[in-house]
Amino acid sequence: MSEQLALLPEYLTAHLQLTLLALLCSTAVSLPTGVAVTRVAWLERPVLGAAAVIQTVPSLALLAVMVPLLAGLGVQSIGFLPAFIGLTLYGVLPILRNTVTGIAGVDPALTEAARAVGMTPWQQLRRVELPLAMPVIVAGLRTATVWTVGVATLSTPVGATSLGNYIFSGLQTRNYTSVLVGCAAAAGLALVLDGLVRGLAADGRGGRKRQAAAAAAVAALYLYAGLTLAAALAPRGERPVAIGAKTFTEQYILAHLIGGLIEEETGRETTQLQSLGSMVVFDALAAGDVDVYVDYSGTLWANELGRDTAGADRATVLSGVADHLRDNYGIVVAATLGFENAYAVAMRADDAAARGLTRLSELTPVAPQLSMGGDYEFFSRPEWTAIRDAYGLQLRERRPMDPALMYQAAAEGAVDLISAFTTDGRITAYNLTLLEDDRGAIPPYDAMVLVSARLAREAPDVFAALGRLDGAIDARAMRGMNLAVDERGADPAEVAADFLRLLP
Amino acid sequence: MIELQHLTKRYGDQAVVDDVSLSVAEGELLAVLGGSGSGKTTTLKMINRLIEPSGGRVRVNGADVGGLPPHELRRQIGYAFQQVGLFPHMSVAGNVAVTPTLLGWREADIRRRVDELLELVELDPAAVRDRRPDQLSGGQQQRVGVARALAAKPRVMLLDEPFGALDPLTRQRLQESFVRIRRRLGVTAVFVTHDMVEALVLGDRIAVMRDGRLVQVGAPAALMRSPADDYVRQLVDTPCRDARVVDALLAAGDPGS
Repeated sequence: MSEQLALLPEYLTAHLQLTLLALLCSTAVSLPTGVAVTRVAWLERPVLGAAAVIQTVPSLALLAVMVPLLAGLGVQSIGFLPAFIGLTLYGVLPILRNTVTGIAGVDPALTEAARAVGMTPWQQLRRVELPLAMPVIVAGLRTATVWTVGVATLSTPVGATSLGNYIFSGLQTRNYTSVLVGCAAAAGLALVLDGLVRGLAADGRGGRKRQAAAAAAVAALYLYAGLTLAAALAPRGERPVAIGAKTFTEQYILAHLIGGLIEEETGRETTQLQSLGSMVVFDALAAGDVDVYVDYSGTLWANELGRDTAGADRATVLSGVADHLRDNYGIVVAATLGFENAYAVAMRADDAAARGLTRLSELTPVAPQLSMGGDYEFFSRPEWTAIRDAYGLQLRERRPMDPALMYQAAAEGAVDLISAFTTDGRITAYNLTLLEDDRGAIPPYDAMVLVSARLAREAPDVFAALGRLDGAIDARAMRGMNLAVDERGADPAEVAADFLRLLP
Repeated sequence: MIELQHLTKRYGDQAVVDDVSLSVAEGELLAVLGGSGSGKTTTLKMINRLIEPSGGRVRVNGADVGGLPPHELRRQIGYAFQQVGLFPHMSVAGNVAVTPTLLGWREADIRRRVDELLELVELDPAAVRDRRPDQLSGGQQQRVGVARALAAKPRVMLLDEPFGALDPLTRQRLQESFVRIRRRLGVTAVFVTHDMVEALVLGDRIAVMRDGRLVQVGAPAALMRSPADDYVRQLVDTPCRDARVVDALLAAGDPGS
């Protein structure tokens, strides 16, 4: 608990920066647009329609899609910017719609009176329509505020620190205290900001005083967020080495391990960008927003090179991937860790024994009676297509689910098969067995430390330090570390530190 | 003072005001009388350009109203209408002060003017000045509405059934007040109404409209004496007809007479 709370100032500040800035921009966009819509009748349908469409995009996807969009524009594609733009878009609809509704709801007798007493259109808006529409606009602003605080927790996968860091890493490492702290902090922040917006619009008895107090508090928050953000974005002599991690335990441990090693060997500062989507992190490395992360040869072989996964041997895949990354992105492989984290099909050991299954080829006839769980991306990955086609699997049901819950789902019989990761300690912990890939459909998945072109060029000391990890972690060691976090509740940073101490 | 020349308003093929020509002399009150859909309100609103005409022209004090930006024109013309349209987020004083404020009058002048006007419309400035419009009765609200219309000392006033939604006694009191005010200020006014009695009481002359056309214009007595057609005859006859109905009812209800 106390180590969770120690992170609160950093996460809360980052969350506040994102939320406040996004709300400011949402309002700056929506208010004038809303006014324009009430002035130019034909604008209403397309504008409100577009805002509604943005709103129907799931918030996680809206943030994630900013990464390739920004990368395509050649600007910083990971971190604050994509989260900020996504959140800004997300906050537009409630403010926009309420502005339009509020202004349209002003009694026509009052707008007629406003014109008749000699107001210009601008005076009519400022002196009559906006004040009268204000309660409705403020209601929209309050909705946007609460939404933005909530959705900002989804900024973590696009590389922006937020209270979501608690939630994402907590869910992956089954640290529910962390999840709870993140949720409670976000809910508290939403309540406070909502209260402040309500205070800004206070009227009636004592309204002036409450308004002034709320305005002062809001101004102070903006000042704080602005200053801390400026400090964070200010150009520094040397940027800390940014280490990326995807959304599972092994990646958290390895990111800490790499960070610890770099700090120890080179004395350079490092930062962690955790819980990134698997394509997000690769794009970020290619763009230079992330400097180091661990990926798996087979994943890149299939996704990045688009190569057939069947029958490829370990060395071919490794050298093929390394050549491709160097030639196309300047990305360099600093070390091959020495273990594979392959996709494998797992099932309950007793179930497999009862059905007499040991190999995937034996699964073909019984597949129509079985359901299979896979991590979110598994069923859309080329590896699944390869397995399905190689063995002619026709499953009864496919259920994408959170990788942290997959193993438990298999153990409890909620699904019959899962797409397991071979280094996951829970395979043995939950008494699961792996079915042998007897037709070689699944490629090898050597864990490789990838280094961005910039870092490889500018920081040979880091590159050399990472070389120490070459062949340093075998599958058993990795599985042990994963199990320590997943089942014994150990902190990934401590597990990594323990390992580093023993590194020759 | 006010001149309408071949004034026309069309929506699509439909002419809601059709070739209306009229003039109102300085200090005169012209009552425009007609039923719903007669085009009387549209005609009125074309004078201060709340509605832009499709054809014809309007001159106020010799100048074409199209020659000024609409908001500047309207600051010179008082306007009061049935819905009153007091701004609910402003005090009574704020409402009355609105046009002088737009014109950039000095603060002290505005304050003095507001009190002067509230007294003119027979309200106690100290009692109502700082109230919100919704704390006033319907009659008081319309008095404030008239005060607001007069605030910037307009020489022309347009009134669109301003007392139409009030109970008969309140309406009568306001009509009487209005007659007094107008006599004192000598403003030129166009007063739209569907009430023959109101037209007779207030109007120096009456213009009768029907289906967008001007049917007859003249002094009340002239209209009564020689109505242009059956419609006008029926219209001017309404007060007498109502009186006869009341007499008959009284006679039937009183067997002693």
